[in-house]
Amino acid sequence: MSLRSLSRAAYYAVMVVLAVPFVFPTLWMIGASFKSNQAIFAEPLGLLPSRVDWANYAQVFRDYPFAAQYLNSVYIAVIVTLATLLLGALAGYGFARLNFPGRDLMFIACLSAMMLPSEAVSIPQFALFKAAGLVNTHAPVILLQIFGGTGALAVFLLRQHFLTVPRELDEAALIDGLGRWGIFWHVMLPLARPALVAVGIFAFLNSWNDYFNPLIYLNSGERFTLPLGLQGFTDPLGGIFWNLTLAASTLATLPLLLAFLVAQRHFVESLTSSGLKG
Amino acid sequence: MLKARTAAPPRVVKRRRGWESPWVGFAFVAPFMLGLTVLFLGPVLAVPVLSLLNWVLPDAPTWAGFSNYARLARDPEVLRSTWITALFVAGLVPLNIGLALGLALLLNVKARGVGLFRTLLFSPVVVPLVAWALVWRFVLQPDFGLVNNLLGRIGISGPNWLFEFPWALVAVIVSMVIEHVGLNMLIFLAALQGVPREVHEAAVIDGASRGQVFWKVTLPMISPTVFLTLVVTIIGALKAFAPIYVLTGGSDSASVLMVQMFKNGFKYFDFGYASGIAWVLFVVMLLLTVGQWQMRKRWVHYES
Repeated sequence: MSLRSLSRAAYYAVMVVLAVPFVFPTLWMIGASFKSNQAIFAEPLGLLPSRVDWANYAQVFRDYPFAAQYLNSVYIAVIVTLATLLLGALAGYGFARLNFPGRDLMFIACLSAMMLPSEAVSIPQFALFKAAGLVNTHAPVILLQIFGGTGALAVFLLRQHFLTVPRELDEAALIDGLGRWGIFWHVMLPLARPALVAVGIFAFLNSWNDYFNPLIYLNSGERFTLPLGLQGFTDPLGGIFWNLTLAASTLATLPLLLAFLVAQRHFVESLTSSGLKG
Repeated sequence: MLKARTAAPPRVVKRRRGWESPWVGFAFVAPFMLGLTVLFLGPVLAVPVLSLLNWVLPDAPTWAGFSNYARLARDPEVLRSTWITALFVAGLVPLNIGLALGLALLLNVKARGVGLFRTLLFSPVVVPLVAWALVWRFVLQPDFGLVNNLLGRIGISGPNWLFEFPWALVAVIVSMVIEHVGLNMLIFLAALQGVPREVHEAAVIDGASRGQVFWKVTLPMISPTVFLTLVVTIIGALKAFAPIYVLTGGSDSASVLMVQMFKNGFKYFDFGYASGIAWVLFVVMLLLTVGQWQMRKRWVHYES
């Protein structure tokens, strides 16, 4: 064995060991989701179930409002993602290209919304939604995602992107008689596709993961979204049915994980080229 | 003839530009800015005002002056939470940035399978926060969890990872870093790949060791990226709530200021007092951000 292949073997050994804590929790979750509660406790180390048993998955849907919770998460994340993309691109283009009084001040306000923790603003927000009679509806969960830190990040990233597009493109289109809206819709948006993909991924993941707002606004099980729903598999004393929890967690994870694995090249490239790298 | 043709287009552009009213710009930013003003900027300004009220639901608010702040300064729970927040940020941020940089350096090589390792290390980022925290909660259970099970096999009786200080803090930090470090790792990897090869080669020819190349050449060149990542990671650490709350159930040993604010605001519905805690968080964050921008001038290298 030459020194070169020895150091190569050492490199792979190090990488494999490093990868274990990153990969093990997810694999364990999927494996244990097919076991009974007793089997999970009996052999906490085991990765593979002795047999594939779908009983946990069936029970999650049969005895709990999990299907409704799943649907809630999907429709909320889709609305949040589309609205974030549209409003973020509009504002990003406005800040990058157009002149109007107060522009810089408004942009600084956006930046500060990106930096401040939205959870720390929750008390006045709650008072507002309570006065509007919107507690225990999805409206605050949706609106606070669109008009919060993620939305501001979208505006910032898309503005940075539009700044890199040569101005001559706008001017040529103006001469061709396209209005501002036409330029935005037909010229700028198609050019911004990589940045839009990155922003869309962030908006979707942040909405899918949102825990704080559902926790304070939603109080009936069938209106919950997944992050709250996953914590609902308990007995009356608060003991957790781990088999059901892990089956539900697997269902909440798999679509995102599969989408990532299938499109990971695209995923990684758009994230790193989106200007996030500073 | 030729002269007239080249002169015409700029005049058209100029007229078009002058014609464009500021309302066009407003129209583009208004949908987002209106929502942001009502739902975020307004509430931000309301927080310090609310902190001057005595407002416990369902009672109506009354003026309290600075009494909430006097109570804050004497509240042992809040003082402990401040200390725990400081420890949490001081533990999480260096671990996250250091590990992200180390992993990016390890992945910045030409070898078969590097892409696969990149995918594996990034994959926890797409696992839902609560699912990840629940798995860790099982793995770290004191009696039957995997970690204490393994420790038991080598004769160590493991601590109660979810409730005991400082182990609960360690558990939260490690699980959060493993979940999120992939994002910073990718950002650093992209920055490292942007460092021109010739710069490295020149340094090596000049007799620099690998360590010297890293500290004196590579790190300064990616320092703008490191700085921005540092700012974002610190803010993320200060506002962390879900992973801590799901993993430890809000137990005292890991109750950071965010958890304290949540308890006072939405368990005891003491809105005035919780706003006081929120305002303390704002001020800490503002000071940290300003401090970092000051430091930036000293150690961030910009190419001119």
